[in-house]
Amino acid sequence: MKISVTVNGTVHESDVEPRTLLVHYVRETLGLTGTNVGCDTSSCGACSLHLDGEAVKSCTVLAVQADGAQVTTIEGMATDGEMHPMQKAFMENHGLQCGYCTPGMVMAATSLLKENPNPTEAEVRLGLEGNLCRCTGYHNIVKSVLACAAGE
Amino acid sequence: MIPAAFEYVRAGSAAEAISLIGEHGEEAKFLAGGHSLLPLMKLRLASPSVLVDIGRVGDLSYIRDAGDHIAIGALTRHMDVETSALLQEHVPLLAHAAGHVGDPQVRHRGTMGGTIAHADPASDLPATTLALGATYVATGPNGSREIAAADFYQGFLESALEPDEMLTEIRVPKMNGAGWSFQKFNRRAQDWAIVGVAAWRGAAGSGVALVNMGSTPVLATSVSAALAGGASVSDAAQLAASEAEPQSDLNASTEYRTHLAKVLVRRALEQASA
Repeated sequence: MKISVTVNGTVHESDVEPRTLLVHYVRETLGLTGTNVGCDTSSCGACSLHLDGEAVKSCTVLAVQADGAQVTTIEGMATDGEMHPMQKAFMENHGLQCGYCTPGMVMAATSLLKENPNPTEAEVRLGLEGNLCRCTGYHNIVKSVLACAAGE
Repeated sequence: MIPAAFEYVRAGSAAEAISLIGEHGEEAKFLAGGHSLLPLMKLRLASPSVLVDIGRVGDLSYIRDAGDHIAIGALTRHMDVETSALLQEHVPLLAHAAGHVGDPQVRHRGTMGGTIAHADPASDLPATTLALGATYVATGPNGSREIAAADFYQGFLESALEPDEMLTEIRVPKMNGAGWSFQKFNRRAQDWAIVGVAAWRGAAGSGVALVNMGSTPVLATSVSAALAGGASVSDAAQLAASEAEPQSDLNASTEYRTHLAKVLVRRALEQASA
């Protein structure tokens, strides 16, 4: 099926099998491998990206469902070579260890701040309930998100 | 994991969706947010040959004040139920429970109609709407009919919907200031409830329903009857599992679930009665 998806500002016209998952579309068809596949069962959040501005788990969305939509992946977060404030906050607060969950964490965290710009620590923890860090580095991930919200 | 191959068709309206599902027969399934169906298809526990995508049927996404109840379009997403000022005011139990479905990413995609039609006893909103005495509207080729939540759940993932019918609206009575509580017992934040309880208590009586206590969501009618008869909260809560036939699985035994239900119903009623 022919679809047209705007990914990180670029329109992509593609012919995909209806069963193609959005995560496979961005990774394999478009070569944007920053979005990771973790659990593949919509539990871990590693595959989180923005679909029309909201974080979703792209292992549980069909590429055909994104036809006509705006998709942003971790590769689209930087502007003119300048990291997104959330990416900077993760770097400055050691919000990553192995880095596997990081793209999903950044996408979920930016979506969270869009809905709740000044969250409490508890709200950040709850807002990231759909993202797992197997390094258990949650402390600094939460610190990073709070730092970004505070504009630090 | 990749689903088995299927044919994909997209409906632009509810009428077109019903016509498409009729055309493709029992092997076809509606796709709304896909957060119940796609995981099953990836595990190959479901392999419909046709998906009728209703995700773009915009006129089924609404939350309206309809006098004595709030009408919710079937394609309204959990996030919109959770954050609706109208529901927070008139049906706070439902808005609160919607905020406990999955996680934010799931709530951005999953729909109210999808979770009801999927009829999973472990889901939060089937039991919540059951406790609230909701009515569901099913639309088929010959028009619409109302189905009481109490008549809707017929077995595991089995509902009163006919194969050519689509759930189009959920009507939830206003709570008129009744006390309420939602209890969800799980081990990790985003997990399904091992046992959950949705309860309200007010001038009109009470409603208590259980999550994951059998093959369907369960209305704990004995609890409400006992309360109406003047029983204390702790005595009524002892009857929590009277209507349930809880399963044993890797999370909990039948006995443990039965115990949990009594404890959670007591907590819920204490909170709802406060």
